[in-house]
Parts: sequence; C-alpha cells; structure tokens
Amino acid sequence: MSSATPASVASPAATQTPAPAARGSDPPKLSGGLPWLGHLLELRRRPIALMQRVRDECGEIGEFNLAGHRVVLLTGEEGNEAFFRASDEQLDQAAAYPFMKPIFGAGVVFDAPPEQRKQALRNRSLRDKFMRGHAQVIADETERMLAGWGEEGEIDLLDFFAELTIYTSSACLLGKEFREELTPEFATQYHELERGTDAIAYVNPYLPLPSFRKRDQARRRLVEMIVGIIEQRKAEGRKPNDLLQVLTSLYHDGGRPRYTPDEITGIFISMMFAGHHTTSGTAAWTLIELLRNPVYMDRVVAELEQIYADGVDVSYQALREIPELENVIKETLRLHPPLIIVLRKVMYDFHYKRWTVPAGKLVAASIAVSNRMPECFPDPERFDPERYRPGRQEDQRVFAWIPFGGGRHRCIGAAFAIMQLKAIFSILLRRYSFEMLQPSESYRNDHSKMVVQLVQPCRVRYRRRA
Amino acid sequence: MKVKLDRDLCQAHGVCASEAPEVFELDEESGELVLLQEQPPQDLRSKVELAVKYCPTRALLLEEA
Repeated sequence: MSSATPASVASPAATQTPAPAARGSDPPKLSGGLPWLGHLLELRRRPIALMQRVRDECGEIGEFNLAGHRVVLLTGEEGNEAFFRASDEQLDQAAAYPFMKPIFGAGVVFDAPPEQRKQALRNRSLRDKFMRGHAQVIADETERMLAGWGEEGEIDLLDFFAELTIYTSSACLLGKEFREELTPEFATQYHELERGTDAIAYVNPYLPLPSFRKRDQARRRLVEMIVGIIEQRKAEGRKPNDLLQVLTSLYHDGGRPRYTPDEITGIFISMMFAGHHTTSGTAAWTLIELLRNPVYMDRVVAELEQIYADGVDVSYQALREIPELENVIKETLRLHPPLIIVLRKVMYDFHYKRWTVPAGKLVAASIAVSNRMPECFPDPERFDPERYRPGRQEDQRVFAWIPFGGGRHRCIGAAFAIMQLKAIFSILLRRYSFEMLQPSESYRNDHSKMVVQLVQPCRVRYRRRA
Repeated sequence: MKVKLDRDLCQAHGVCASEAPEVFELDEESGELVLLQEQPPQDLRSKVELAVKYCPTRALLLEEA
C-alpha cells in the first residue's frame, strides 16, 4: 500500500506520472442539465442512464455537473485502468464522497489524513488465515436465522439479508461479543444511515432534510451503543482477540490513545458499511436471478447436493471451488453491482490521452456502465454464467469486469464477500426451495440514494426441501 | 519460472503465503508481502500456480524464465 514501491514491476501508465506534461484539451461536456443543479436530479432519478448517456454522447471521457461539482466520467478498459492505477496523492477519495462524511464522523476515514487512513483500513481481520474462522461464523449465523423458519413461509429479501449480513459482518469484522449485544434497534439505526446517502449531499450534506436528520440521530445512537460495549469490556477486564481490542490498545508515543472511542465508532461504522449493503444486496440479487433462471437454480442445487453429499463442512467448502454457484454470483455482480459509480477528487492535473482534468474536479468510473460494455461482454443484458467458464473467462478482463473496482483500491473484502455468499447459499439452497411472490420485473433497485437498495416489497416464499 | 508481484495491486491478504509459504511471506510488522524467491524451483510449481490463481487482487503473475 505504500506509495514508494521500488519493487513494483508493472510500471504505472504514462498518463499518471506527476512530471509536467503539456496541458491537454478539456473533456467534452454532457448536454442538458439545469441551471446551478446541473445533472444532479437526473443522477438521483436515473443514474445508470445518465452515465451511459455520457459514454454514448461524449465517448470514453465526458463531463457532467453535480450542483457545481464537475465530474469527469472515464469509461472503457483504458479509462478504467488510468482511473484505478492513479495514486492516492493524485486522485483522492475523501473529498469525492461528501455524503459519507456525516456517517463516518469527524476525524474518521474520509476526514482523516491519508497516512492515518491507510493505518485504519489495513484490516487484519480480512487476512487469509482468518477466513476459515469467518466461514464457520457465517455458517452458524445463517443457521441461526433459519432456526425460526419452520416448514414454509414468506420473507422480504431486503429485510432478511440486511439482518443476516449485519450479524455476519459484525461477528467477523468486529467480534462475536459485539455481535451478541446487537439488538433489532442496531439494524434499524444502521438502515437509517444507509438511507441517509442522498446525492443532494453534493449541495450540502448537512441540509435540514428528513433523511439527513434521521441519519444524524441514528449515528448518535450507534455511537452510544458501541461506546457502551467498549466501556463494558474495560469494566470487566475482558480482552477478546478482535479489532476493537487492537484499536483500543494502540497508543501514540506519548501514551495518548491512538483513537478516541468516537473515532473507533466511526471506523466500525465505516468497516461494516463497505461490507453490509453490498453483500446484502448481492445475496438478494443472486436469489432473484436464480429464480428468474430456473435452469441455473437446478444446476446450482445439484452441484451443492453433490459437493456436500459426503458431509463436508460448509466452513471448509466455502473457501474452495463451487464453480456453478461462483459463476452465478459473478454474473449477478456484473448485472447488479452494489456500487454503480466510484469517484475521486483530482489533487493535481490528471492527464488522460489528449485530455487534461484539472485539479479540483472529480473523476469517476462507472461500474454499472463498464460491466455492460458489449465489446467485452457479448449480449450484455443476458444473464449468462457461462461467460466465466474456461475459454471465455470474461471476468479476467480486470479493467472491464469491475464489480469490486480495481487497482490499489480494489475492494479489500472481495474474497471475504465471495466466501460469505458461498457459505450462505450452501446452506440456504439445500434446506429450502424458493418462489417469487411478485412479478419478476417488480424486483428492482432503488437508485434515489447513493447506497443502492432493493425496492420494497421484494418478497419470496420458502418451503423446506424434503 | 519467475514470479512477478505487482505492489500497486497487492493488499497483503496472505493467500499466497498460505498456498506457497516457501515463496511468499507476510511480514506481520510492516504488513507487507515479502517475495522470498523470485525464481522458485520446479517442484514448487503447482503451489505457486495456486497462489497466483487464488490471489484476491490478481497481483501475481507467473512467467516462464
């Protein structure tokens, strides 16, 4: 992660060397947009259509306007590579996500200096050696959720998977003790945080809007709950082997604690944030796509029956190959990426081919647009897990298939997320069969917030397998 | 064969160190990956291939030297 990497073998693209380069032309601008607000309302209404319009009208680079923030969208494999390979010093994440700052809080992650951010994000709990333990926890949590299901019934996919992934991510990333203290209120408050990500934050993230007020109330309540756990540990002298303990045991040279309880709370919110709505949404969409494509449901169920026939543990198998299920998950991620756009603030002039993006503007890559580029993904609208079989392997185009982003900021939890989905579905699909309770096309995403969630209702019926 | 590590992409997950500990080591102090041998012997080939295959960030490349 360090910026000075003498052993680097893949030399960064020439487009990002900080050496002075001749100033290129301005990127073309997207048509339309309102005075002052620019394309903000279009982004809140139909964001993917807006991004596709940039590519169709302007080509691989084009600019739109978010209430005065100029956003230059790069698309295509080369544009994505230039975006994802650029350094933190040139393309900064912090200033690009104003809607996250009130959620993470003062001094935390996007409000912290880069060095401190790197330290905080170097997440030991995602190391490979912990994965087997995490897989067991996820299997256990899934079983706990199913314990009350009975023979048959109905669930709302958003409610079910959001709750399950609150438990799994908190238990794996923040500690089992922390998870055991979670109440239904925690999940509710957390949901209010996620709903407080209206793009209107590009005007001002502290506007007196109902969703922002709820967001701030929810955060205050979460701080109280998490601080309570920290204090309880201290009072009882417990030192579990988890991240909370690591963070509370770090000190500056002078003996002052490295992180305040409020900062730790913010780090926790941020760590759960990245892995929560993303995994929850992907799990829901995986099930929806399997119900829409029964041929693949049958194949995946048959594969799981065969793999688990001899009694192998889910915690073992989730870390190994489950090819049919993995291909279904990859295709679900391509068509329904939980993040549709990633943004950076340009700190010094960014040169790409014959264009220059000056410091102060935002640059963006669109995961949703990239994952459907017909030149990389033939028949892009079609759900086709065969894309990932040997010989095609369309996910190997690492700057086209980008549900987890790419480069140095590729999702650090990608391996964890895939393992988690494999563990969940290894249990779910062998125990129960499912059917849709509403028209297939009524399962769709709500794009009115920057955190994409399913539109409710999104109900399915389950029935225990014989 | 020659192992190439792209440090721009490496996030030190340590999958390679689990698959081929003779070749890769995770430095617990610095949190950085250490390449113990750039040109591992042929009998480690299958292990190194697994390390390359399962690298979560695709930071490893195997070249025939």
